[in-house]
Amino acid sequence: MFCSAFMSNYFNEMFSGKTVRPPYQGLDSWSADMPQELRSLKQSEAEALFRRIGITFAVYGDGGDPDRLIPFDMFPRVFSAGEWHKLELGVKQRARALNAFLADVYYRGEIIRAGRIPADLVYRNEAFERAVMDIKPARGVYSHIVGVDLVRTGPDEFFVLEDNCRTPSGVSYMLENREIMMRMFPQLFRENRIAPVEHYPKMLRRTLASVAPERCDRAPCVVILTPGHFNSAYYEHSFLADMMGVELVEASDLFVEGDFVWMRTTEGPQRVDVIYRRIDDAYLDPLCFRPDSMLGVPGLMNVYRSGGVTIASAPGAGVADDKAIYTFVPEMIRFYLGEEPILNNVPTWQCAKNDDCKHVLENLGDLVVKEVHGSGGYGMLVGPKSTKEQIAAFADKIRENPGNYIAQPTLALSTCPTFVDEGIAPRHVDLRPYCLVGESIELVPGGLTRVALTEGSLVVNSSQGGGVKDTWVMA
Amino acid sequence: MLSRTASNLFWIGRYMERAETGARLLNVGARNALIPNTGGGYRNEWESILAAGGHANAFAEKYGEPNQRNIESFMFFDMDNPASIASCMEAARENGRIVRTALTSQVWDALNSGFQEIREMRRTERSKMSISDLIDWTHSQAALVRGAIDGTQLRADGFDFLHLGYALERADSTARLLDVKYYVLLPQIDYVGSGFDNYQWETVLRANSAHRAFHWAYGGEVTPAKIADFLILNRKSPRSLITSAENAMHHLDRLSRAYGRGTEARTRVRSIVGELAETTIEDIFDEGLHEFLTRVIGEVSILSGLIHAAYLSGEMR
Amino acid sequence: MRLNVDHSTVYHFEPPMRGAVQSLRMTPSKFKGQQVIDWGIAVEGAERGAAFRDGAGDWVETATLLGPVAQITVHVTGTVDTVDLGGVLQGHRERMPPAAYLRPSRATKADRALRELAESAVADISEDDPLARAHALTVAIRSAIDYTPGATNHSTTAAEALSLGHGVCQDHSHALIAAALSLNIPARYVTGYLFASEEEGLHEASHAWAELHISGLGWVGFDASNGVCPDDRYIRLGSGGDALEASPIRGVSQGAGVERLDVRVSVDQVQQ
Repeated sequence: MFCSAFMSNYFNEMFSGKTVRPPYQGLDSWSADMPQELRSLKQSEAEALFRRIGITFAVYGDGGDPDRLIPFDMFPRVFSAGEWHKLELGVKQRARALNAFLADVYYRGEIIRAGRIPADLVYRNEAFERAVMDIKPARGVYSHIVGVDLVRTGPDEFFVLEDNCRTPSGVSYMLENREIMMRMFPQLFRENRIAPVEHYPKMLRRTLASVAPERCDRAPCVVILTPGHFNSAYYEHSFLADMMGVELVEASDLFVEGDFVWMRTTEGPQRVDVIYRRIDDAYLDPLCFRPDSMLGVPGLMNVYRSGGVTIASAPGAGVADDKAIYTFVPEMIRFYLGEEPILNNVPTWQCAKNDDCKHVLENLGDLVVKEVHGSGGYGMLVGPKSTKEQIAAFADKIRENPGNYIAQPTLALSTCPTFVDEGIAPRHVDLRPYCLVGESIELVPGGLTRVALTEGSLVVNSSQGGGVKDTWVMA
Repeated sequence: MLSRTASNLFWIGRYMERAETGARLLNVGARNALIPNTGGGYRNEWESILAAGGHANAFAEKYGEPNQRNIESFMFFDMDNPASIASCMEAARENGRIVRTALTSQVWDALNSGFQEIREMRRTERSKMSISDLIDWTHSQAALVRGAIDGTQLRADGFDFLHLGYALERADSTARLLDVKYYVLLPQIDYVGSGFDNYQWETVLRANSAHRAFHWAYGGEVTPAKIADFLILNRKSPRSLITSAENAMHHLDRLSRAYGRGTEARTRVRSIVGELAETTIEDIFDEGLHEFLTRVIGEVSILSGLIHAAYLSGEMR
Repeated sequence: MRLNVDHSTVYHFEPPMRGAVQSLRMTPSKFKGQQVIDWGIAVEGAERGAAFRDGAGDWVETATLLGPVAQITVHVTGTVDTVDLGGVLQGHRERMPPAAYLRPSRATKADRALRELAESAVADISEDDPLARAHALTVAIRSAIDYTPGATNHSTTAAEALSLGHGVCQDHSHALIAAALSLNIPARYVTGYLFASEEEGLHEASHAWAELHISGLGWVGFDASNGVCPDDRYIRLGSGGDALEASPIRGVSQGAGVERLDVRVSVDQVQQ
């Protein structure tokens, strides 16, 4: 049933030789015993459920069907409790260090004075916001939801690919994937003890309420700010608002008066204390950032800076998840926490540095090259999967603007069994857990597993043919 | 509730009712085209149907001469026509998508399936779809949405905003449909008993899907006064002006109670209902049917503005 | 010197707007070169609030107006004692590191001409004498851009002003900042008032200049329009990376009204 690629030298999360690794034992007979017809039936049932719920994903700049479904693979991705424990510690450690870094660079900048991070990398960074210098957000938290993108290369080898400190998306898939699996395969959940993730929205609400401004003297009013219903992630915004029991607002629903931000309701203005925003800094407030922004709330930043409202994530938080800053996260962990990093960074070459750039240009065929500010898998080169012509063209782009690129070795991403046309086959996966930072630092046992559905592909982005899986942590 | 959410709900109601009005108009036109006129051809009501929707000009620009096929395209499928059934259903669904979480899954399913089906239909060859299928489909789709709202939505403020949309749109469309044909209802001596326009009267009733209900309610001879009475002042008629106004009043009362605050909209709707309740059909003909209807259309528009100011704009303090 | 300021900015809207929000950066900076005796900002009919001191040491506050708004009047009056510190911003409390002012904005991005102008201006001056380099840049900008009101507008960039060869204090300041940044010297835009007695031929009572960060001295002001460093005739209000960020009034109003602006400024010396 399994095709030959299964025996490749990539770490297979389910099989070690012919033996099934412990966390996957409950899935072996389940998948082997499932007849083809039942599988197709379940697959179309899952799709119908997704469509009914309205979970769809629009690809940036893709045109096409805005109501396209992101492919869902029913084969779960599983972690043992022990594996998860280590991941959890590592992710929380990173979230703490990133927040400490932000609190530092917008205050005294000790890590820069200590010469541990170059000043230019921080202060000349596009994501560094002068406007929030010396402004202390509630509880000193800048990034309230840290999404850490991880890949696995062996039984104990995990690498962090990147951090997302602004507004990591995709958590609605984590929740819906679980919901649908539980509905379709209840016996799997009876036979395996799988840690629940459904309390995430409550945790998120509690986290956000815990960072209400100090002068808020009542149950805080939390809202989610969306760019609007044309945004590709609108579904996620409205899903989260619904699950959290908070209002989903657009900029035009909010206004500033006096010391506060207010929401327009059918019963008159209502004060807002915490804004979980899903729009970029540049569009938040035309009086502070881009003056032509139609998505912003005029005066919002003044209220924020005078302590009248909390914005999550804090404006300026993006300076911590920049790909050039990424290299220094282990340094932050040592500097602020006095600890050794639990999770490794991927070795990274900065093309801005001459020596690194030379190395990169000489070894393009083996490397993955990314734009420093890029996202979503666009504008990148996967050396081993590219033609000579593509590599040569990319080399020209690097020479033209070296500072815009970083390079990393091609990682042997682990594989997880996945349902494909021919049956079940290994496909490469990554993982994004969501760490919540407020009064306390919390992580639900799970995350979003993305899977590259094309055989051999290492690109898991949903915009490039990636799918999603339910992610299990055994209790 | 967010004012914008209330506004989206209100517009779901308006658009769904508007789609139904479109279907009723199509029905009248299609039926009339089957009935011979005295000159040897067939009756042609298409122009007055376009006039009732207020888009004779838009139609003429795009299609030229009105014929059945073009009018069907224009009134059912055409997305350039904001009042086409497809436009209305899509707008209702889009408003629903924005406030997805304020709707029950049954209401959302009803709105969404209508939208998906209309997309399908657009890909289907036109010769395979009869006009009566399109009309029936619209009516059942509208009934599905309304049934889902009444059967499943929480009786909270959102429910009231949905119904306010329905009530205002219905009052407006009844008044407009009547106004387009008001002259055939005028009790002019010449026509009485001439047999000329019994038929026109039937058209007015049919346009309001009221021809059978009318006969049950009044029986006997069809007269202009009875028709006008039925569509304006009869509380038994689901589409009469007074029924629509009382519905609007009911929901504005509920909102005032729930929010503990009266509004100008509520005062206004009470005076509209009060006036309609006191009026007789003779008063209306004395005032002039056209003048009366113009006044009602104006009142509905003012009421809509007051509801907007009080609840939907978010400007209220 | 004791200076009196009377500055009124009136926005007229036709038709009236539904509402307006303004961010005001109009309170004199706290540093050794100036001391406020008396200062007031009045915005007729506005709700005031959301006030704070930002990382660059500026006092910022917010004014909101509910519609219909046919007119907004921002009236600033006050008295300030000033001393001449040769342009040096002594005793100014701020958190912002100078390195945070090395990234150009749209308005202060140097093109080739600006880079060449900057390089040739300092070609013969040692890097060990940053103050002389800053003065040389100021002189070069002043001679490359003629003071000409009306030649440029609020969105003209430094590069555009240089290629035009004409501009006002905003253009001079942007060009000086762009030139400094191209040499890796931190630079920022400063707004304020200038007491200009007629015989001196100084420009614009409501004024703007640049500050360059000079190691050893800190921030030092350079007024390329007048070819001097700010002295006791200058009152400093606030700063930013460019004119937009430093703007004394940043406002947004909602509605379709057409805006018309009336500004009156007077800065007078008080006889003591």
